[in-house]
Amino acid sequence: MSRTTIAVASGKGGTGKTTLSVALALALAKRGEKVRLIDADAEEPNDHLFLDIEPQDPQEVTIPVPFVDEDRCKGHGRCREVCRFNAIAIMDSKPLIFPELCHGCGACSLACPEKAIEEKPKVVGWLETAETRGVDFIQGRLKIGEPMVVPVIAALREREADEGWTIIDAPPGTSCPVIESSKGTDHLFLVTEPTPFGLNDLELAVGMARALGLTFSVIVNRAGLGERGVYEFCEREGIEIVLEIPFDKHIAATYARGGTLLDADEAWEAKLVELAHNTAKEVRP
Amino acid sequence: MKIAITSSGEGLNAPVDERFGRAANFVLVEVDGDERKVETVPNTQNRQAAQGAGIQAAETVHRNGAQILLTGHVGPKAFRALDAAKIEIYSGIKGTVGDALDDYLAGRLQQTHGADVEGHW
Repeated sequence: MSRTTIAVASGKGGTGKTTLSVALALALAKRGEKVRLIDADAEEPNDHLFLDIEPQDPQEVTIPVPFVDEDRCKGHGRCREVCRFNAIAIMDSKPLIFPELCHGCGACSLACPEKAIEEKPKVVGWLETAETRGVDFIQGRLKIGEPMVVPVIAALREREADEGWTIIDAPPGTSCPVIESSKGTDHLFLVTEPTPFGLNDLELAVGMARALGLTFSVIVNRAGLGERGVYEFCEREGIEIVLEIPFDKHIAATYARGGTLLDADEAWEAKLVELAHNTAKEVRP
Repeated sequence: MKIAITSSGEGLNAPVDERFGRAANFVLVEVDGDERKVETVPNTQNRQAAQGAGIQAAETVHRNGAQILLTGHVGPKAFRALDAAKIEIYSGIKGTVGDALDDYLAGRLQQTHGADVEGHW
């Protein structure tokens, strides 16, 4: 059986990544297809609100952080030299470690000629799972106070389905967390809105997608707001707009009650299933 | 006694830079009786750091042998690093480097015993 992984990103926040991801997953599941939905916005996962579930069974995500054996340390400072993240300072000939800046790369322990650095796991977040209406759901949750979400997203990416669909609801922006959520996927949907903000961030997101060598297409949410910039940009750049979701009071009201696109109008089910299948065809003609 | 003062310029007449980790320069003043040996050390590399500028700036101050730091603001991580090397911190400093130095030497400044701002203020 084939497998297709689709990431949903946007650049700008609040354009409709979750609206699309949740509806797409539910639509495919309704047709009896195998779907795994991953909420990779681990700083504030919210897909579960629209799925009306409480994800369970938290599994720890850890990164290795260095601990120095002060008896062994001779203060060479090799650990500090190799640290790309300024997480180590040599003060009074002793390394001072700042775990909150550590990316867990392990270079310091490799570089230490005295083998004075031991890495110990530090919990940075959790993966939580749930199952509803045929959707196999996983979300990441960053531990409060932790500044780096990428390790949590990397752990989520290891949980992509071996068969069927994996839909990844990416965080907003175009920086490391979004790259981690979308790199290596079969297709990337960039959800935008026809506003100057939507356009500005779409341009950034397109730049990211191109830099990552991803095939991507655009989905315009709140279509009909009046701005043409997004359409002109896509035409100029030869980017396909594969779906438009109208700026519609009924959709907004349904969303505000915690409903999905499918609750707003069941015609979306067929549209989204068709979109998914057309996309998969492009991936594997 | 060696004193480090964050500065946006060079020498004693330059203004104090209120930032610590991303200060332009450190003016280092070696005080020996009435003698003053003044040297300016750039902070270019730390200014451009993606993260941890304050920590590495603390290391620069320490490596250059200063025991006293006069600056505008110090965040929590920089404070921890400076404290580990027992560097005395005097924050909230404004005006010129020379004035700050005179104030310190005349005992008009009060030592800071903790971070006075959050990181990235």
